[in-house]
Amino acid sequence: MCQDCGCGDREIVPVEVHERLLSGNDRVARHNREHFAAHDVLAINLMGSPGSGKTAILEATARALASRQRLGAVSGDLATDRDAQRLRAAGIPAATITTGSACHLDAEMVHHALHDFALDSLDIFVIENVGNLVCPAIYDLGQTLNVVALSVTEGEDKPLKYPVMFRNAQAVLLTKIDLLPHLGGVSLQMFNEALARVMPEPRTFPVSALTGEGMDRWLEWLEASRPRV
Amino acid sequence: MHEYSIVSALLERVSAEARAHNATAVYRLTLRIGDAAGVERDLLSKAYEHFRAGTICARAELCIEPVAERWVCPVCGRILERGAVLSCEGCGMPARLMSGDEIILERIEMEVP
Repeated sequence: MCQDCGCGDREIVPVEVHERLLSGNDRVARHNREHFAAHDVLAINLMGSPGSGKTAILEATARALASRQRLGAVSGDLATDRDAQRLRAAGIPAATITTGSACHLDAEMVHHALHDFALDSLDIFVIENVGNLVCPAIYDLGQTLNVVALSVTEGEDKPLKYPVMFRNAQAVLLTKIDLLPHLGGVSLQMFNEALARVMPEPRTFPVSALTGEGMDRWLEWLEASRPRV
Repeated sequence: MHEYSIVSALLERVSAEARAHNATAVYRLTLRIGDAAGVERDLLSKAYEHFRAGTICARAELCIEPVAERWVCPVCGRILERGAVLSCEGCGMPARLMSGDEIILERIEMEVP
């Protein structure tokens, strides 16, 4: 009650919080990160538009590394199990996180999915996020690295239109480069110039999952990023 | 539309604080959302209008303070222009985002009996 004049009005008390609104998510993400680190697993949060080639690159990566690295993956999908089926066909254990109408994965969904994997028997774990260049960008999942797949057919202006996703990425896969000759003057240089305005330290891997072009550099970086045991 | 899940995180957090302080209602919420945070302030306000009904925030005003995006050279302190390449023209160092990515719950003003 108001103590000043006895008017009977309720008192308004300010409570200073000064905390990130997603601190609940961040807490679970930290837990996931500790879990990955304790098992020396490199965790990749793979993001990008629907149809940017996330699953195709992952299939090609799984096949190329089959003899050297043990991969596992979860795919965020609004309604189907198709991506995980494709990844299992490529020889890696994979599960689906069905998000329903949710446009992104959060740390709790990944934490729950991790219970289905024996991290001890994995070297690299890929979290294939829901296809979307906006919403996944602000959710920490506990990954070691954020990687964005951007297909050359999407246009070189996408980094400028969706800067947060690219700013938070450690690497960008420029996919479908086998299609560049058909895109009327679109060049890799144009993508690099746009990325330099949204990423302080741009790192790009131009690749084609179809022809295998550029996969060597990507795989080399991926393997070099693994925690040293 | 991740603004909806941000609002539900907000309402959860505020309800917990209100319970802890035995508040009967929330009077005002103050957030700080950066220009480069990846959160649309208008959409966030709309989502809040939609979700607050029936909660302890039913009558609470939502104040969102914007924060400008600012990239700075970590070596010489040069401030980069908007839309510029994110490395320092002078020293070639990668720029650092000094502000603009905030998604912060600053303050809850609550009514206590």
